[in-house]
Amino acid sequence: MVTTLEKVDVVTVGVGWTGGIIAAECAKEGLKVVGLERGRERSTEDYSIVHDEYRYAIRYELMQDLSRETITFRNRRNQRALPMRQMGSFLLGEGLGGSGTNWNGQNWRFLPYDFQIKTMTEEKYGKNKLSADYTIQDWGITYDELEPYFTRFEKTAGISGEDTNPFWGKRSEGFPTPPMKKTPILKKFETASTKLGLSPFMMPSANLSEAYENPDGARINACQYCGFCERFGCAYGAKTSPEVTVVPTALNTGNFEVKYNANAVEILKEDDKVTGVRYIDTITFEEFIQPAEVVVLTSYIMNNAKLLMVSDIGEQYDPETGRGTLGKNYGYQILPSATGFFDEQMNTFMGAGALGMTVDDFNGDNFDHSDLDFIHGASLSITQTGLRPILHNPIPPDTPSWGADFKKASIHNFTRTLNITGQGASMPFKENYMSLDGTYKDIYGVPLLQLTYNFTDQDRALHAHLTQRAGEIMQEMGAKTVVGGNPISDYDIVPYQTTHNTGGTIMGTNRDDSVVNNYLQHWDAENLFVVGAGNFAHNGGYNPTGTVGALAYRCAEGIIKYSKDGGALA
Amino acid sequence: MAKKEKNFSRRDFLKTSGIAAGALIGGGVIGGLIGPNAGGTGSSTATVPSGATGGILHLQFFTNNEEFQILMQATERIFPEDELGPGAIRLNVPYFIDRQLAGAYGENSKEYMQPPFYEGERTQGYQSRLRRNEIFRQGLQAMQTEAKNRFNANFVDLEGRQMDEILTAFQEDEIKMKGVSSLFFFRLLRQATLEGAYSDPVYNGNANMDGWRMKGFPGHQAAYINQVDSEKFQEIEPRSLGM
Repeated sequence: MVTTLEKVDVVTVGVGWTGGIIAAECAKEGLKVVGLERGRERSTEDYSIVHDEYRYAIRYELMQDLSRETITFRNRRNQRALPMRQMGSFLLGEGLGGSGTNWNGQNWRFLPYDFQIKTMTEEKYGKNKLSADYTIQDWGITYDELEPYFTRFEKTAGISGEDTNPFWGKRSEGFPTPPMKKTPILKKFETASTKLGLSPFMMPSANLSEAYENPDGARINACQYCGFCERFGCAYGAKTSPEVTVVPTALNTGNFEVKYNANAVEILKEDDKVTGVRYIDTITFEEFIQPAEVVVLTSYIMNNAKLLMVSDIGEQYDPETGRGTLGKNYGYQILPSATGFFDEQMNTFMGAGALGMTVDDFNGDNFDHSDLDFIHGASLSITQTGLRPILHNPIPPDTPSWGADFKKASIHNFTRTLNITGQGASMPFKENYMSLDGTYKDIYGVPLLQLTYNFTDQDRALHAHLTQRAGEIMQEMGAKTVVGGNPISDYDIVPYQTTHNTGGTIMGTNRDDSVVNNYLQHWDAENLFVVGAGNFAHNGGYNPTGTVGALAYRCAEGIIKYSKDGGALA
Repeated sequence: MAKKEKNFSRRDFLKTSGIAAGALIGGGVIGGLIGPNAGGTGSSTATVPSGATGGILHLQFFTNNEEFQILMQATERIFPEDELGPGAIRLNVPYFIDRQLAGAYGENSKEYMQPPFYEGERTQGYQSRLRRNEIFRQGLQAMQTEAKNRFNANFVDLEGRQMDEILTAFQEDEIKMKGVSSLFFFRLLRQATLEGAYSDPVYNGNANMDGWRMKGFPGHQAAYINQVDSEKFQEIEPRSLGM
């Protein structure tokens, strides 16, 4: 039996950054909003015993319960896709705030080059720089068009930073709060990269340098540098997250309600409009229908794509013919790196998730690619996020991985090792995509999402080149031994890499090249919006959240406009 | 960069790092170090925690002292006692693992365990139908069988290098196990050992926080805002959440 609830103006599927932003903006305009959150309610009070590496970082306290739902994976089409039975390569979030609760807070705006990558690459290097198998495309929006929304998100989040990077897009305003502390570890990087002729600057951070009140009146506290950010919630309310900003902002209007333990299983569609969302109560397994004037998919990229697929909205991408856009252009992140072993002990266990310095000299098209066999690049950063002992056992090459020599070396190097890591761009490839699995199901009886993904020649070339650059900086920093990250071969879903998955519900200029327009409005249903990193037509050389936040503000504006006037927004 | 790597050898590393470490680390945190300073001059204050000698009465998953003794010896080979401080046994790691195997970790409560099961490619990860506690039990039994076959003795009576030979055979995937590879079991065992050595003592491992003391990790501290820009390395007495 299905219970049909009272109709509302807007329903969001998921209440993290994107759902929270949509809810806050729409509720402030007087629209009645319901957020469907499959996880539980949580707040700063839930993070008072969060300094626990084992519970949060190893056993994934805040992450998705895979016994209920996971994805299946294969490297290539001729393999059998098998379930991701335990998490590894990326960590899917769950609960109020979503991944916005356990993020590090490294907050970026994608480069102007990212949004017009196809046009700008062809202008400079001709049409054949990359083979046609790499399905890059412009995003249907420019950096300048998106700039006000970037500014808006940064003000909501109170981002700490300094506008001294010569390579990023023009900013209409400075950062809301000054940069984080420049620690001795960061200064090493600054001195070395300056000496090499590069332009280091403080990483924009959502761990705030000082207490801040955002334009909605939400308070964010000052970071205490306790070293427990990524995979953790903040005990101090000092890492900007949805549950300390946009969620209370939305709730304070009286126009927003969160339904917890509500797992969406279908978007209901009649003719050319959607009518609501069918969801299952995860405790009782009762079914409900939440009718709404506007449906917004605001969960992680994988569930956004899956919901469209199981609801049969849009055309599934087919790598054989190149037809269809749903599931197309899945992207990940390429992670060049260099590890330096030093003589002196450093306070590597102190820090904050976005305490770092970066150079953008090898990101985007900030350097000449004429003689290189790849496009784009990576931001290269040193971060002092706070290293913890279970996950961090650095050993020089040729050291055994257990036993007496391992113990000595891993203990010795725990406070004597630094890393420079790159957030490397990931170009879409025709064989990398998402679809529905034909065999495995979640506990609600819905098919699992199937991921087909492997690294490409472009990725391997980018990784090798940027690893060299990272190594040069580390060498200049005075490391006794410098070890570059291993060359990448096949993508492996086991070791943790990054939770920066992108694509599948990409944005663009017309229905043939994208799932949504540049207001993130679905081409096949004008009252359906899909927002998140799934909209990225490729992944850029930064963490995604800043760009996701900007897209969410853009989307909210579109929904408000649509609620008044109706019709296609672009 | 490449040049430095080429010239690198482990022997060189141990030699140089030993000298450097000896000059920089206070004896109160870590005892004697590798290289020229080696030789057990440490001043570790570890005492054997009460649980470590509790024996079978303290177990929640294992029911048989013989297999628990194998676990004790195997974890100690992975993380041995030395001049830096205690190894897995004195850190209470075997009891930590026993409790974990009895709970959500051992029962794979948060893992997708729906059939069908296929072996899969290496890049596809965990595909066993076995739960972790079943893998541990089978793995420890396989270690005993291997000890009998190779040395005609119980695993726990072997010399250290003989235990290492068996552990290496597991690591190199040379041992036949049912429904799981010996490499997979070895990785679980190694990882669980490190988890027991370094997790907060509220989980029963890392006895006296000596895992953290050896590593220079202060555990649960409220804030480093007043120390994070210090040029000097900060030696901080560790704290547990349970304190």
